[in-house]
Amino acid sequence: MKTRGALAVGVAVIGLGLALAGLGVNPYVYFAGYVVLQYVVIATAWNVLGGYAGYVNFGTPAFFALGAYTSIFLIEALRAPLPVLILSGGLVAALLGLGIGYLTLRLKGVFFSIATFALSVVLQTLIINWEYVGGAKGYTLIRPPVPFFRSWGVLLFTLMVALAVVTVLVARTIERSWIGRGLAALRDDEDAAECMGVPTLRLKLFATTLSGFFLGVAGAPFPYYVTYVEPSSAFDLNYAVNALAMPMIGGTTTWLGPVIGAVLLGTAQQVATVTISSELNLLIVGVVLVLFVVLAPEGLTGLVRKLRRR
Amino acid sequence: MADPLLEIDSITKRFGGFLALDRVSLRIRAGERLGLIGPNGSGKTTLINCVSGALPTDAGRILFEGRDVTRLPAHRRTRLGIVRSFQIPKPFASMTVLENLGIPLEYAGLARAHGAGAMEILTMIGLDAKAHLRPSGLTQIEMRKLELARAMAARPKLLISDEAMAGLSSAEVDDILAILFRLNEQGITIIMIEHIMRAVMRFSERVVVLDAGNRIAEGTPAEIVRNPAVERAYLGE
Repeated sequence: MKTRGALAVGVAVIGLGLALAGLGVNPYVYFAGYVVLQYVVIATAWNVLGGYAGYVNFGTPAFFALGAYTSIFLIEALRAPLPVLILSGGLVAALLGLGIGYLTLRLKGVFFSIATFALSVVLQTLIINWEYVGGAKGYTLIRPPVPFFRSWGVLLFTLMVALAVVTVLVARTIERSWIGRGLAALRDDEDAAECMGVPTLRLKLFATTLSGFFLGVAGAPFPYYVTYVEPSSAFDLNYAVNALAMPMIGGTTTWLGPVIGAVLLGTAQQVATVTISSELNLLIVGVVLVLFVVLAPEGLTGLVRKLRRR
Repeated sequence: MADPLLEIDSITKRFGGFLALDRVSLRIRAGERLGLIGPNGSGKTTLINCVSGALPTDAGRILFEGRDVTRLPAHRRTRLGIVRSFQIPKPFASMTVLENLGIPLEYAGLARAHGAGAMEILTMIGLDAKAHLRPSGLTQIEMRKLELARAMAARPKLLISDEAMAGLSSAEVDDILAILFRLNEQGITIIMIEHIMRAVMRFSERVVVLDAGNRIAEGTPAEIVRNPAVERAYLGE
């Protein structure tokens, strides 16, 4: 698939999203669709660092919540509009990403993962103690009248379709560029990559920053979506687990893996929430993840590739 | 010696209280074949880690083609033409043999336009039949050859071969030696670090001996074999 073809598919997906928005089906479809699409953004963003570069980030909630709380701050301080919130949420989270990029100088493997997890805990503690953005009791957003669309649910759904398409297109472009090849080399062997001329530090900083940016972007519209944000929901452990599980299920080496993983697992979770119980989510993720790690360690895309080669 | 390609000017490297390199100096002329030997722990690998940029030095300077590279990160040195192979092969496991060569070609080799393409290098080294295999499907000697082929793809001016022959059979050693001789004929300067004396002595024009972080001897292979200090370093008093 050439770049122009991918762009066309992207535009088509956004068109489909708009059509679905115009259709006016059961509001729950938009509500659940938003969550699934949000996970497409999160899983794809996580995978730029975790899949392409091989640095497993357990701190997804930190980046997501930073996006959400940047929005809250800007709403409180400036009544900033949604596009500004998304861009700012992304940029602030990108800065945090750059910071963890420098951690990779000293921390590799599981130690890097532990550090990112700790980062999430530290940041949550800071937010809990920051009254301006609601502190421990949370922040309630009163949404203004919805522009252009029938409801906020439809608007946010359409927005997430667009964000997901942009994120996936960016990830795909990177994967197929010299940057993607350099990241794959440093994932396989960082010393060898550096000795073969790959500027490993610069590429890692790029990956952590970009990954952070899109994780922040995913979190920025969150206050509009839930209208009530508290630290425990923005820093939910689910984001850390899903961000890792979805690419693992789909396959981490290509852009398609996280998309497939997010759609499958995200949808399964939504269905389980409605039909059985919302507590069942993590159990589903856990069981599926164990199955995949044992039976198909390269995820669904890896499994298909292996079957085709036979 | 006029205009050395590489000039190591009294570099020192400490690991905590352990002095791994004690003001070691070394000059290598373009096109030379230099053997670097010494007992285990003598500082050979530390020295080449300092030259390739994997380790920072504590004192001293490293000049390459007259340019001070002491503070440059490893990938910049590779781009200038200092390329090393690893003692334990470190292939890019998710890529095919051919793609393994693509990384140095793209990131380092293309800076110097003239040189062989990836497939030509594989043919020269005798890996062309395995171009589309993953490294996990290679034998031990093929892995060593891949290590050399990948280093070649960076189009080195100076190739540092770190024990490329350890654990190979005598016929395989000859095979690798032949490759290194051919590379040298193409104008590549080679530093060979090796424990297999037969190989080093046959290959090198000049041999430098390290012991406990000091340079204890230097000379032609014939001189080194007769050197009492070298004998002491290897066998004790």
